[in-house]
Amino acid sequence: MATRIHPLLGAFAILVFFFLLAPLVIIVGSALSDTTFLTFPPQGLTLRWFANIFQMEAFRRTAITSLQVALLGTGLSLLIGIPAAYALNRYRVELPRWLSTLFVLPILVPEIVFGFALLKSITIGLGLPVFISLVVGHALLILPYSVRVVGASLASFDFSIEEAARSLGCPPLKTFMTVVLPNIRAGVIAAFILAFITSINDVSVSVFLTGPGISTLPIQILAHMEQFFDPTIASVSVLLMLVTVGVMAIVEATLGLTFLTK
Amino acid sequence: MTVSLTIENLSAHYGTTQVLKDLSISVAAGELVSLLGSSGCGKTTTLRLVAGFLQPTSGRIRLGDRDLTTLPAHARDIGLVFQNYALFPHLTVLDNVAFGLKQRGLAKTDRTKRAMAMLERVGLAPLADRLPAALSGGQKQRVALARALVIEPPLLMFDEPLSNLDAKLRIDMRVEIRQLQRANGTTSLYVTHDQEEAFSISDRVAIMNAGRILQLDTPEVLYQKPASAFVARFVGFENLIPMKVVERQAATVTAEAAGGTRLHLSQDLFGPIKDDFILACRADGLAVRREGEGIPAVLGTRTYLGRAYQYKCKTAAGEITANGPLSDPLDAGAQAVLTPLPEQCCILDPED
Repeated sequence: MATRIHPLLGAFAILVFFFLLAPLVIIVGSALSDTTFLTFPPQGLTLRWFANIFQMEAFRRTAITSLQVALLGTGLSLLIGIPAAYALNRYRVELPRWLSTLFVLPILVPEIVFGFALLKSITIGLGLPVFISLVVGHALLILPYSVRVVGASLASFDFSIEEAARSLGCPPLKTFMTVVLPNIRAGVIAAFILAFITSINDVSVSVFLTGPGISTLPIQILAHMEQFFDPTIASVSVLLMLVTVGVMAIVEATLGLTFLTK
Repeated sequence: MTVSLTIENLSAHYGTTQVLKDLSISVAAGELVSLLGSSGCGKTTTLRLVAGFLQPTSGRIRLGDRDLTTLPAHARDIGLVFQNYALFPHLTVLDNVAFGLKQRGLAKTDRTKRAMAMLERVGLAPLADRLPAALSGGQKQRVALARALVIEPPLLMFDEPLSNLDAKLRIDMRVEIRQLQRANGTTSLYVTHDQEEAFSISDRVAIMNAGRILQLDTPEVLYQKPASAFVARFVGFENLIPMKVVERQAATVTAEAAGGTRLHLSQDLFGPIKDDFILACRADGLAVRREGEGIPAVLGTRTYLGRAYQYKCKTAAGEITANGPLSDPLDAGAQAVLTPLPEQCCILDPED
């Protein structure tokens, strides 16, 4: 059966896809351009800008820092976020309403303000080393995702199965690990991915927290662009895109992407 | 080994609201006692206190010679069957049933063997590898029952276990629950708001209202001899007629209802009668006659019940429902006399 589509609707859909995909096409094109400046369409094709990245120590170092910060920060945020989400749902009636709002503050406050506040409090105030500051700062920045996404899967969790486990002789902490966690697994993984991607891409908080000798990849990209306007930037971007696509492919293959949109 | 459950002077609060008031009840070893009442009467609160999910403000809960009052829920060793089944969605039927055995440290082969034997008993062995989502409501409740029974708890508790099932399945399941409970001789506490269910399954039933037990008796006694107007109404006494004694002559009293209707009642037949009382009877407890001694009435709509005709009658004492014999159908508007039958009537204290 053929469905009739209004010509305007079709045209509108094509425009939407164009605006979504065009910037990515331009980036990929620019990355392959055999010129020393950013241009599109590419003039000549080369992979030397990709090779260039791997020769630049700064990119390699900051990429590793970014990965470390993202992994540790996400882990820390889940460590706080999962119990917080659990408590907010389990004791929804008893706890004050403003408490759940408190956990989304980091995305409600303008990021630049949040970043500056972190600089004042943890870097200057507590005097923490740069790397630790970055991990703590990122953990706080992405905490809302952990709490909200894990909370969403706890909202449909039937807490009476927890009571069933208790009545069968399972102590509280073990009940959480063996009965609650397996049933909110999809939420935890979704929270991990969202938080990880947010951390990897963050500029506005990191720009305040990076310090001498320690920087993250997005900050390094900005710094590089200030000095050289060559296709290296485009090729780094393409690599970041490929990493994201790779993560998505793994998720799709193991869990199916649908759980992210549920 | 069967033990008794003793609840002594239990009180509980939600915030500042008292939901249980000095409740005491004891369930003998191997007995099944139901807590029956409408929602908010405290029956589920009582069960949750015994399970250890709530803490009482005062009172004690003992199971055999163990004091449960301050034990955490997981150390109480009580089998629980929930209204919404509460199966573990991520575990197979077999693993659900084996869960309690695993907590008790049984080796895998042992627990699989015992869980399978239990599934066999509830007729679900062929579904052992399924996930709960692939089961019907009745099957889920059987799994829940198996999961609670397999740990051989000294006490089984049921929280409205049949409410989510359809009518026919409810009757089958309650027979099954009763058989399993009898066979194991497990002391049981059963919470329900369904009178028929409570009466059919229990050794004794506690009728609850506003955080108190009003009457704890066998279903037969509750059905025939309720001890208060509330319980009488609860177990289906259609007619509660407030009366006052106006004259006493030897064993016979003359009592008057609203509107001046007078009745002569023999205390030899009705039992002792106080000056103020309520005459309580079901529709069957009043004989509908064309004439004689009794409450004069004008008959209203006649309904055919199969075993009798039921009349809504207008009397000076208010509307009364009475059943008349099939052999003598009377028409709406006919004059008749309603005579209380002593063995089917109760003399109750007036309500506050």
